Amino acid sequence: MRHVYGWLLLLPGFTLIVAFTHYPTVTTFINSFFSNQTVIRPKKFVGLSNYEYMLNDPVFLQTFKNTIYFALTTVPLSIALALAMAVFVQEKIRGRSVVRLAYFTPTILPMVAVANIWLFFYAPEIGLINQIFQYFNLPQQNFLGDTNMVLEATIVMTVWKEAGFFMIFYLAALQSIPKELNEAAKIEGASAWTSFWKITFPLLMPTTFFVMVNALINSFKMIDHLFILTKGGPDNASNLLLYYIYDVAFSFFDYAYAATLTIVLLALLIVVSLIQFGLVERKIHYK
Amino acid sequence: MKLLQKIATYTLAIIWILPLIYTFWAASHEEKYSSDFTLFAPLSGQAFFDAWIQAPFLQYLTNTFFLVTIILIGQMVLCTLAAYAFAKFDFYGKNIAFFLVLMQLMIMPENLIIENYKTVANFNLIDTTWGMAIPYIASAFGIFLLRQTFKTIPSELDDAAKIEGCSPIGTLFRVYIPLSKPTYLAYALVSVSYHWNNFLWPLVIANSNEVKPLTVGLAIFAAPESGVQWSTISAATLISVAPLLIAFLIFQKEFVNSFLHTGIK
Repeated sequence: MRHVYGWLLLLPGFTLIVAFTHYPTVTTFINSFFSNQTVIRPKKFVGLSNYEYMLNDPVFLQTFKNTIYFALTTVPLSIALALAMAVFVQEKIRGRSVVRLAYFTPTILPMVAVANIWLFFYAPEIGLINQIFQYFNLPQQNFLGDTNMVLEATIVMTVWKEAGFFMIFYLAALQSIPKELNEAAKIEGASAWTSFWKITFPLLMPTTFFVMVNALINSFKMIDHLFILTKGGPDNASNLLLYYIYDVAFSFFDYAYAATLTIVLLALLIVVSLIQFGLVERKIHYK
Repeated sequence: MKLLQKIATYTLAIIWILPLIYTFWAASHEEKYSSDFTLFAPLSGQAFFDAWIQAPFLQYLTNTFFLVTIILIGQMVLCTLAAYAFAKFDFYGKNIAFFLVLMQLMIMPENLIIENYKTVANFNLIDTTWGMAIPYIASAFGIFLLRQTFKTIPSELDDAAKIEGCSPIGTLFRVYIPLSKPTYLAYALVSVSYHWNNFLWPLVIANSNEVKPLTVGLAIFAAPESGVQWSTISAATLISVAPLLIAFLIFQKEFVNSFLHTGIK
């Protein structure tokens, strides 16, 4: 009886999760081995040829590289800044709550709004950053129009958006560290710097792993800003995997190829999650 | 070192708040001052007026409100039931089911936009609020969070309710839900801010102004090719984020605490 009751309670939520997570994962995988269905031609099995095409697609190779680069830069940078921010607002300083508020504000703004604001900062000539450059007699830059700078420009904006969010997790972790540890270190004559690296930082490791994994998973689906800032351009220099999938599916209607690209995205997500499980496992061993 | 840290603290704070202050500046002044910071430039509400009449922001606002409400209510109901099942019932396949639910934490609906788009199309929900809401209504995160909370509730209370003749659903409503209020508030804040800001999935599903949420409306309104002026874009941006900003200022402590709560897994 309790078996039936349990399943009945679970069923509504479970059905939706299967319908929008597991079922589409399976169909995506299957579709990646078929050709597109058109009005005159039904879809047919094409084996690995979508994957073969993908490996020879320069746009895919570029977006894949960009995605990895974007994740491997935004995540550590935001985490480092988040940690610094958390340490800063732990101190008893003047205007602490205002500072904390300032750090956290970008978190509650939608990415679309953030991108709107930054679009103006990056604009040539009238943009705020170029005006500051002009003031110091530095050469004018077209941040979003230059293939060498555009990805970095979106990375800076993303770090600004994300750091305050991760700060919250570090704040929670910092509060759970017993004060006696740092006081003992102080009595032993350790500098604030040493006691941070020898005591606080190692104790924050579990938080760092937790934030890192979530941030990585998040970074693979971060594309809202591309719709406003660059549309992946110029010349795909700022294109990211999920945006390319969106483009292939909804601009070119190539669903088979989009499915193939989605499999790569899912593979990335699974690899990151497996790393997490590996680390969690190790953490349990340590204790 | 101390001084250096202080400088860093305040510099970061200024950099982090500056974009928002700039948006206020541009929105509250005439266009010619949007990149020219004359300190005593006259204030003007023109930009807000322009933005308001150039796009149906009131409609977008209502749409977003409906979307967020539907998702929140759906999540509350489905996540509560599922969490209750996982926390207090033993049933065949429970562990496998739990593992399958947690998979949604890594593969979110927006990672599978194409197949999910087809599913929503099959149910004839394209260009509807329901179409935008349905993939998010069952949230693994919510289920997990509530399950953790339910598990901390002592089983003595559960037993007492049973002796008094309470059915399992009655116990859920009289014992578990009332005792989990802080978790519900925390989850509500996280959910509302997430879906208020969500963009990609609503963009794919919503075509008409009758269902478009603020983020989608704003993105189309402020597209560079639409030739709207900066001060107007800034005003539109502020209109879109104002409800959430105000809510944030009121619930500031709860907001931050809710993220703290939800962060600790």
